[in-house]
Amino acid sequence: MASNGKVKLSSGAQKLETARLVFIYVVCVILTVLCLAPFWIMLVNSTRSSASIQEHAISFIPSKYLMDNWSKVLKQSFNPFTGFKNSIIVSTCSTALAVYFSSLTAYAISVYEWKLKNAFFSFIVGVMMIPSQVTMIGFYQMAYKFGWNNQLFALFLPAIASPMMVFFMRQYLQGALSHEIIQSARIDGAGEFYTFNKIVLPIMKPAIATQAIFSFVSSWNRLFEPMVLISADEKKTLPMMVSLLKGDTYKQEFGCIYLGLFLTVLPLIIVYLLLSRYIVAGVALGSVKG
Amino acid sequence: MGKKKTLNYAKYGYIFSIPFVVAYLIFSFYPIINTFLIAFSDLVGPARKDYNFLTGDIFENFKKVLDNPIFKKAFMNTLKLWICNFIPQMVIALLLTAWFTDTRSKVKGQGFFKVVFYMPNIITAATVAILFSTLFGDPVGPMNDLLKTLGFIDKPVKFLTKANVAQNIVIYIQTWMWFGYTMITLISGVIGIDPAIFEAAEMDGSNRFQTFIYITIPCIRTIMLFTLVTSLIGGLNMFDIPKLFIANSGPNYATYTTSVFIQSKAFEGRNLRNEAAAASLIMFVIIVICSAALFYIMRDKDEAEARKLRKQALKQAKLASKGV
Repeated sequence: MASNGKVKLSSGAQKLETARLVFIYVVCVILTVLCLAPFWIMLVNSTRSSASIQEHAISFIPSKYLMDNWSKVLKQSFNPFTGFKNSIIVSTCSTALAVYFSSLTAYAISVYEWKLKNAFFSFIVGVMMIPSQVTMIGFYQMAYKFGWNNQLFALFLPAIASPMMVFFMRQYLQGALSHEIIQSARIDGAGEFYTFNKIVLPIMKPAIATQAIFSFVSSWNRLFEPMVLISADEKKTLPMMVSLLKGDTYKQEFGCIYLGLFLTVLPLIIVYLLLSRYIVAGVALGSVKG
Repeated sequence: MGKKKTLNYAKYGYIFSIPFVVAYLIFSFYPIINTFLIAFSDLVGPARKDYNFLTGDIFENFKKVLDNPIFKKAFMNTLKLWICNFIPQMVIALLLTAWFTDTRSKVKGQGFFKVVFYMPNIITAATVAILFSTLFGDPVGPMNDLLKTLGFIDKPVKFLTKANVAQNIVIYIQTWMWFGYTMITLISGVIGIDPAIFEAAEMDGSNRFQTFIYITIPCIRTIMLFTLVTSLIGGLNMFDIPKLFIANSGPNYATYTTSVFIQSKAFEGRNLRNEAAAASLIMFVIIVICSAALFYIMRDKDEAEARKLRKQALKQAKLASKGV
């Protein structure tokens, strides 16, 4: 239809059309360069020696000092292994908890008819936007009283109650789940809990996958909460350690700074390179439903 | 029979909600109440487990915060940083949305551009902050190197010691991190519009610009409101980048925001937890008022008008039926 319906453009209009497209591509390419350049500089400079960075801070070709920088990084206060381990523990646990319990809560809201259901859902929508800055001082005081500060669980247990994720899961369930499936499971004698785990969770897989990616990334990137709750070096997460790179021990070791920075985002870059299409689609999905 | 069945299953609704409710009460609800109480207390110092309420002026902490020139400065900074990054971010996102959703000529490589433009958003903000402060470092930062090679400057510039420059870099970082997210959100909104509307507009001889201004933008109003509100809440809580970009928030508190104020009041120096709690409540109230105002301004005016008329009609009908 497009080829038939297309009105033949006069040569002037056609020129204008081409100029417009050229302009669009030029802008997009400039934005692409702006988006990628900082990461490229970080990546390349982490393989260069501090001396050559001092001479020229921008280079497009990687050098061969990666291992050299690596051994220097390890000698200083920045300990990527500890940070990595803590970040993995916190991000994995909070993702697993958030995804499972949000699905369960969303299931409770969308499948069963109970008196407080609508009130509960309105409550979840209402508290969705409360920023963590409001809860944090009270949270810290409570955690300090019970000796929970410097405990990693204080960073991931709160994920059990993730209002935003419950909201998205509920939107998904409303469209994807038919009551016939649950009815037939009941007739077959399945318990409610069994039905949720074995039948409903697999149906929710696409929503779980998207939400899991976002939950993992956002808890990996979190700085405010760990900064408040954690003070012991061996419990610090990676984003907290980033600031050590600006400290005096690395003053002239530019190669090390770039390598350290690169290490903190390496998992994210891998995840993004593998799943970028799903992630972009996930952003779009979340916003349409929100 | 059907009714009996639903009654039977109702208890599972409660049972399955228990973990959420319990976790919410412990980790969010109680802390919020606690913050509220601390704001009216004498809690100062790093190692106190209990606190007493103020006996004199109960609003003392709030007054101290509101009178504090540094808090005012932080608040103005926060507003400035948010507004100055939101406007360019929205303009770029709208422009890209108009280009990428144009039905008359498709832009090739859209998938690639979307993936690249969204990438800064996914990278740890803490890392981004340190990365940019290294990029703008002196005397050997890449930015200085670039400007020198291109011949714009002779000696290295100390970017981070100038208040204005430091603020502008933070604004740039925020725009850079968020324009891709906003773009994808807006595009998904445009895709949801019924294509028949665009066809009708084209039939009527509407050009690209007219279509975008009079059809696309009104249709994605809800999504734009969603973006505006989430960006406002995020912007008023801006923490990671201002905290780490320059140590001690730069020259003359140039990049000091209210969240950094709250964090450093509560956990650094004299540990004035009570004042920090008061400041966080003040910010919370401001956020609630702003989002409510935005919802009010952006609400569907025709819809609101219709609802008002319906209410009036209902009232009149009721009055009539009562025979008054």
